[in-house]
Amino acid sequence: MTLLTVALNNLRRRKGRAAFLVAGLLIGVGTVVALISITQSMTGQTKANLQSFGANIVVTPRSKDVALSYGGVSAGGVSVGRQSLSQADLARIDTIPSRADIATVAPQLVGAVQVKGRRVLLLGVQPEQQFKLKRWWSVGAGHAPTSDHELIAGAAAARTLGLTMGDYVRIGGRRFTVTGVLNETGSQDDSLLIVDLGAAQQVLDEPGQVTLVEIAALYAGAPVARIAGEIGAALPQTKVTAMQEAVKSRQHAVDQFRRFTYAIVGVVIAIEALVVFLTVMGSVSERTREIGVFRAIGFRRVHITRLILIEALIASALAGVLGYAAGMAITSIVLPLVAQSAEVAWAPLLGLAAVVLAVAIGGLASLYPALHAGKMDPTEALRAL
Amino acid sequence: MAVVMRETDQETRPEASAPAGPSAQDDRAVRFIDVQGLEKTFAGDGAPVHALRGLDLTVPEGSFLGVMGQSGSGKSTFLAMLGGLSHPTAGSIAVDGIDLYALPGERLADFRREYLGFVFQSFNLVPYLTALENVTLPLAVKRMPSAQKRARALDVLERVGLADRRGHLPGKLSGGEQERVAIARALVNEPPLILADEPTGALDSETTVEIMDLFAELHREGNTIVMVTHNPEIQRYFDRTIVLRDGRLDCELPACSTDTPV
Repeated sequence: MTLLTVALNNLRRRKGRAAFLVAGLLIGVGTVVALISITQSMTGQTKANLQSFGANIVVTPRSKDVALSYGGVSAGGVSVGRQSLSQADLARIDTIPSRADIATVAPQLVGAVQVKGRRVLLLGVQPEQQFKLKRWWSVGAGHAPTSDHELIAGAAAARTLGLTMGDYVRIGGRRFTVTGVLNETGSQDDSLLIVDLGAAQQVLDEPGQVTLVEIAALYAGAPVARIAGEIGAALPQTKVTAMQEAVKSRQHAVDQFRRFTYAIVGVVIAIEALVVFLTVMGSVSERTREIGVFRAIGFRRVHITRLILIEALIASALAGVLGYAAGMAITSIVLPLVAQSAEVAWAPLLGLAAVVLAVAIGGLASLYPALHAGKMDPTEALRAL
Repeated sequence: MAVVMRETDQETRPEASAPAGPSAQDDRAVRFIDVQGLEKTFAGDGAPVHALRGLDLTVPEGSFLGVMGQSGSGKSTFLAMLGGLSHPTAGSIAVDGIDLYALPGERLADFRREYLGFVFQSFNLVPYLTALENVTLPLAVKRMPSAQKRARALDVLERVGLADRRGHLPGKLSGGEQERVAIARALVNEPPLILADEPTGALDSETTVEIMDLFAELHREGNTIVMVTHNPEIQRYFDRTIVLRDGRLDCELPACSTDTPV
């Protein structure tokens, strides 16, 4: 028989009381585990989504001319003149050390054309790369260009030129079939006519040339600025702009989300500490007579304190284990509802942290009640004497 | 008389440091319990309550002392103070030469553990511990091999005739059985002094006799027992009975007047 034995027997044979303490802590630990694991999974998914969600590096020919804003992004030295890049030179991007950290390379050719008596911008793209880069692009009915005789129209351009799917339009002596209208994006893209890059190069008489290249670099990999530097070294005739602000704002959103989660976790921990404190304090009050007996038969104050703490720590450790399991169960249920493609990230270290957290909360919150129990006047506690 | 705390078998048993000559030992045996001018006043809501008003008493070693008196006479307060549970307002209590309330800090708790065996009114068994575990409880804070603790507790439990009920929780024991477990718990540390507060108060007459026979046996074995009781029928077990009234020693049976309330 030791204090540990007494504590274990109390928890084992008065399951109701023990269950109350364990349940209170378990709910808090489970909530914290769920919040953190959901946040980690969503952060991972957000990063993955953001990695190729729009360009964060723009490559343009060196030019001293007036800057042209495209897609809400300053494209550096692009001018409306005949400055362009050789498409063949772009192969050198594949030789940079950080190539694995590049998700998408989307070369584009921009030029003004005459259609139905109006001047409009013609954009030549590699459709697969372009749509991968600009995930917000979508064609209602219809499809992206699959040949050099097809085009899609931005929403505003379609309205202005009266174009619908299936129409034919002549641009620079070539006939194109309208295979779709781009859904409204609210950007300059709505005013474009979009064709295959090769077709645009023929229409604009710029064989093998591009106006700019938009590149999406992975956040988890090398820093965007370093990738931009490597591209600049590979293509010295270009101006390479790292869209730091875009990267930072997206990262900021992710960080804000994570900070908000941690703030909620802090509040939950504080509430849990209070729950444990009140539960243990109530238990000590209920056990006044029992504590009086312990004191009367020769337990010192420190023995009483130790006994209460041992009980609280055992219950807390159990709550930590069960709380981790509950939290991961909640995560597996909730995560698909809030982030369809995110996967539950099983983290054994999170389980260990959950137990440590539970024991720490249980121990600290029980300290005052345990000390209070040790200080009880045995005569008052017994009352019969 | 100085008090020396001596480590014995890794436990702390308070001992008096009086010279060990035969006359001193005899004196300690005669004055095994030495109460002088004992007073206890509780601060009540209105006027203070004087539970004890100057009690003087000596009890030789090996006595079976009965303490009787009406409710409010101070007998339970006296027992609590004798058990080191309540500090006196004035006066002193010495047990085996040890001035209880001169003991520093938690040494009083050590004294209770090593010197006293308490048998409470209403048994006060721990409800979530079996009979054997309740008996072993005073040993929980002693440094002793678990097997030895268990053996000692089983031995005592057997002595009170409840070895076959050792695995039962108090809720599954009769009143008499619970009382026996309480007595066994009081004996497990082999204390020189046994204090009992109304041990038969909740028992029927037949069980009362069984329990008092057990106490009588302990007395015959040389234990010093102080028992508080309302029950005049068990007075025959005591070799000395005092009556308290209004916080004072009123008389000692059989010398009390017939109208002395007990």
